[in-house]
Amino acid sequence: MEISLIVLVVVVVTALAFDFTNGFHDTANAVATSIATGALQPRTAVLLAGVLNLVGAFLSVEVAKTISGGLVDETQITPTVIFAGLVGAILWNLMTWLLGLPSSSSHALIGGLIGATVVASGVDAVKFAGIVGKVLLPAVLSPLVAGLVALAATYLAYRITARGAVGTVRRGFKAGQVVSSSMVALAHGTNDAQKTMGVITLALITAGALPANAGPPFWVIVSAGLAIGLGTYVGGWRIIQTLGMRVSAIESGQGFASGVSTATVILTSSHLGFPLSTTQVATGSIFGAGAARGPASVHWGLAGQVAIAWLLTLPAAAVVGAVAALVADTGPVGTIVVALVLIGVAGGIYAASRRRPVTADNLDELPVPPPPVDLVA
Amino acid sequence: MTINWGALALVAVVSLAVGVLVVVLVSLALVGLSAREPDAGGEAAEGTPTTGRLSPVVGTAAAAVCLLGAAAIVLYGLFLIVS
Repeated sequence: MEISLIVLVVVVVTALAFDFTNGFHDTANAVATSIATGALQPRTAVLLAGVLNLVGAFLSVEVAKTISGGLVDETQITPTVIFAGLVGAILWNLMTWLLGLPSSSSHALIGGLIGATVVASGVDAVKFAGIVGKVLLPAVLSPLVAGLVALAATYLAYRITARGAVGTVRRGFKAGQVVSSSMVALAHGTNDAQKTMGVITLALITAGALPANAGPPFWVIVSAGLAIGLGTYVGGWRIIQTLGMRVSAIESGQGFASGVSTATVILTSSHLGFPLSTTQVATGSIFGAGAARGPASVHWGLAGQVAIAWLLTLPAAAVVGAVAALVADTGPVGTIVVALVLIGVAGGIYAASRRRPVTADNLDELPVPPPPVDLVA
Repeated sequence: MTINWGALALVAVVSLAVGVLVVVLVSLALVGLSAREPDAGGEAAEGTPTTGRLSPVVGTAAAAVCLLGAAAIVLYGLFLIVS
């Protein structure tokens, strides 16, 4: 009894750690373009996004859903499987953050859970058809849809405002960017904080601490909201730099159009029951808005790197989740060993990041500058 | 394996329509607000002087209507997040 309580505590703490990485990994989705155009100061932007993520965690009245629904056989899930899945997701989030690549935190979590489930219960417990329909296909289509919306919106924005006064137009678009960034941050808090609440609640249920079908207790809602809000506030500056400054030299009109595209696609898809990854939608929007001022103004090589990261997210997190499950399945000692290894590797990744630190103060120092803008557009 | 292509197509079409509408409304509003500035217009060079010049009152009124429309869509988005 005593020992399973220790395991449960480790699972809850790990889930909150994942929530934290989820926050700072995804800050860029909401604020990268606003920071790039100067619509918001960097620290103001992450504070705004952090607070709105926290608020978003409390807003939704929907009971937190389990992320694994339809992907793995849920009767086979144990606290150990959840723990191992979280370890895979956290490590992948940290690796991609180190490289400054935007990748889906949800896909990392799904991958980690799949890997851990395979080890614990065999391949039969994984529903591969669900993975194609819920993960692979949306991963291909969401950046295309978002990119198309942003492309069309940016093109029209430039056509229409060509007859306006330059200063008025720029100030107006920047104000619009603040609104669209806020909407994305709020929607992110609602969706992604719910995932962690669902994971913790699931762990509590499988451990027998909560009755089946219970909603998340209040302390779970508060701690999940705080973890994601704090993560967002800390700011994944490396990814902000990639999306805001390396993809293309974004102007306020493009930033506004991409923000509106991101917010619209996310809200439409989650409302119509075809949820898409916030990260992939935001990334697609920024590439689309960049391409509207001429394809040559976009750093397409970066798109290739991002696409590879997206392809690898699920399998890589699955492998780490599987290894973690192998060790953690040996008992509480194994779980603690995995937790210690996680802390060690995370510390190593953080140490590696200090070799080329990216902060709110040096965002403009790009490793590779974006291509010059093609003025024909 | 069933993929809900209908839902996906709907997401794409609705997103495109709403996203473009919001950006167009705000862009039009900004053109309207530009009429309030004394030396507004990069219009002169393009050579349609009669239609290009909005009076400040008309411009402001048009901007207000456009921004109200955009604000209504944003509020509906907020409603979707909360509900």
